[in-house]
Amino acid sequence: MADAEAVLELADVHKSYGTGTALEIEILHGIDLQLQRGEFAALIGPSGSGKSTLLNLIGLLDRPTGGHLAIDGQATTKLDDGALTRLRGRRIGFVFQHHLLIPAFTALENVMMPMLVDRGRPDAEMRERAATLLEQVGLGERMDNPASQLSGGQQQRVAIARALVMQPALVLADEPTGNLDTHSADDVFALMRAINVARQTTFLIVTHDQRLAARCDRRIELVDGRIVADVKTA
Amino acid sequence: MHPWLPFEWIAATRFLREGRMQSLLIIVGVGVGVSVIVFMSALLSGLQSNLVKRTLSSQAHIVLLPPEEVARPQTEDAGNGLGPLIQKQAQRLRSIDQWQKLRARLSTLPEIAAVSPVASGPAFAVRGDANKSVTVLGIEPENYIRVVALDEKMVAGSLRLNAGEALIGIELAKDVGAGVGDKLRLNSSNGATDTLIITGLFDLGNKGVNARNVYVSLRSAQTLLDLVGGISSIDIGLVDIYGAEKLAQRLAAETGLQADSWIKTNAQFFTALTSQRVSSNVIRFFVGLSVAFGIASVLVVSVVQRAKEIGILRAMGATRGQLLRTFLLQGGIVGLCGSLIGSALAALFLALWQTLARNADGTPLFVISVEPGLVFIAAAGATLVGTLAAFIPARRAAGLDPVVAIRG
Ligand SMILES: Nc1ncnc2c1ncn2[C@@H]1O[C@H](COP(=O)(O)OP(=O)(O)O)[C@@H](O)[C@H]1O
Ligand SMILES: [Mg+2]
Repeated sequence: MADAEAVLELADVHKSYGTGTALEIEILHGIDLQLQRGEFAALIGPSGSGKSTLLNLIGLLDRPTGGHLAIDGQATTKLDDGALTRLRGRRIGFVFQHHLLIPAFTALENVMMPMLVDRGRPDAEMRERAATLLEQVGLGERMDNPASQLSGGQQQRVAIARALVMQPALVLADEPTGNLDTHSADDVFALMRAINVARQTTFLIVTHDQRLAARCDRRIELVDGRIVADVKTA
Repeated sequence: MHPWLPFEWIAATRFLREGRMQSLLIIVGVGVGVSVIVFMSALLSGLQSNLVKRTLSSQAHIVLLPPEEVARPQTEDAGNGLGPLIQKQAQRLRSIDQWQKLRARLSTLPEIAAVSPVASGPAFAVRGDANKSVTVLGIEPENYIRVVALDEKMVAGSLRLNAGEALIGIELAKDVGAGVGDKLRLNSSNGATDTLIITGLFDLGNKGVNARNVYVSLRSAQTLLDLVGGISSIDIGLVDIYGAEKLAQRLAAETGLQADSWIKTNAQFFTALTSQRVSSNVIRFFVGLSVAFGIASVLVVSVVQRAKEIGILRAMGATRGQLLRTFLLQGGIVGLCGSLIGSALAALFLALWQTLARNADGTPLFVISVEPGLVFIAAAGATLVGTLAAFIPARRAAGLDPVVAIRG
């Protein structure tokens, strides 16, 4: 049953590609998973096990081919594209491996972007909130730099600020440190942890880095589209 | 980021600015296309309105005449095997029945700008030894000038036609050796005669007309031509000169009179104008089409290049509609900017053309300019074409699967 504090609830979630064709292949075979408010969880597993596929389903970028998926207690399977987009924009933040800032905009404008697409036009509060976040991730001096002129670690910190600007219930990070050197990776990880503690934002982080995974409160292991281990350490 | 601009505007202008070279090239390309269209349109409308103006400088848009008399056979059956002999009668001067009533009714039609009764017929102008065949036209000057701008064509004296006064063309003045203030005698074919004082000379831009037309007051002409109280035609000026033939046919059907439009009277000339316009429309259409394809192809490439950014925007909550509008706007903006460059280029071409195309005496062949209206139409048209051309790329952007876009 859904806990009042459940941010994410998956029950028997399946995902197939090529449905209805001869090439139909099921990648996720019945995933059951709950995340509570304030959890800081790592999703680990070998390459090709379906981690990104699962994250895309949870992030409402893709739809499951079967099962139940609720965000913040709201069932999503029957929502249309517009409603999914709105829910995604407001309740979920994304951090991707390849930073994926929009180079035509400054660091500050990139952070404002989720609010801008939600509200339709910029306002002073948006700017203020984005600036505060950039200061918190240590980029107060770089706000007006074009996104393309920042280092990898800096770009990832901008991406984290961007993921937080809508004050989402859940942040999904797909190998957020995969492209960074050890030092920057530690920085970025520590930043996410600090935000998790300060705001009680739930994090689900895909990582290959055993060292970082060990520092999470919970480790969920996926193998061949099935959860084979789910260990809470805190 | 300007606070009053919506997301779509901000993103569209940023994307265009970021793709600097691409944007610049396509805008210049659109500009060249638009300049061809604007230049051609201005040149053609300048040329045509000039030609039409020259053609219409001495004639009414529609002339109403009494119906042609149908000649009757002399005998029902000549019995000589040749059948009835039908001869066209020589048209004698006849008046239009109840013309005052007709004139009053014509004046109320919205298509008609001016109505001028005319009593005209052949006569001889005699002065000294000179004896010239002329056409006497009895007019009401205040109405006639609204059909044929005689007042603008006066080169000497003034446009004044009291009883006993006449206006003649510069050719006739030369032929009979008379000027303003001189006397001229008119002999009509029925033996009537009148001596008039020349009050002005006109140049209607047509040698034949300048040698033939003699304007007198309506009453003088009626007396001279034995048409007392009557008129031989009603000259009509129109609001829309190109509606002349249609209206003429309607008037002929309604009044039973013969109605000749300038279009029919100058059929060959009019056909030439029309085919000129048709061929220029064809050219404009194809230039517009290639402009549209240019914009579409640049935006298709841009959507492919920005797939990742589009995916990330979708992940952050941008709706399909927002992305659709962002790319439609880019097409519209390219069209608008291109049209402004195009209008400026066209103005430059026209200025150049005008310095090159000159009469032998160095005066411009005719005056043409890029009118604000044309610039406005070009801008609106190019913006519309750009927006439409952006439709396919914009739909692709809106329909992109964010999962594929982000992973790709
Ligand atoms: N669009 C797709 N069509 C078919 N197969 C796919 C598609 N996307 C991913 N897969 C397959 O699903 C499996 C899981 O992929 P993914 O979720 O990216 O794994 P991970 O992130 O754990 O490395 C892989 O075998 C991959 O080839
Ligand atoms: Mg992956």
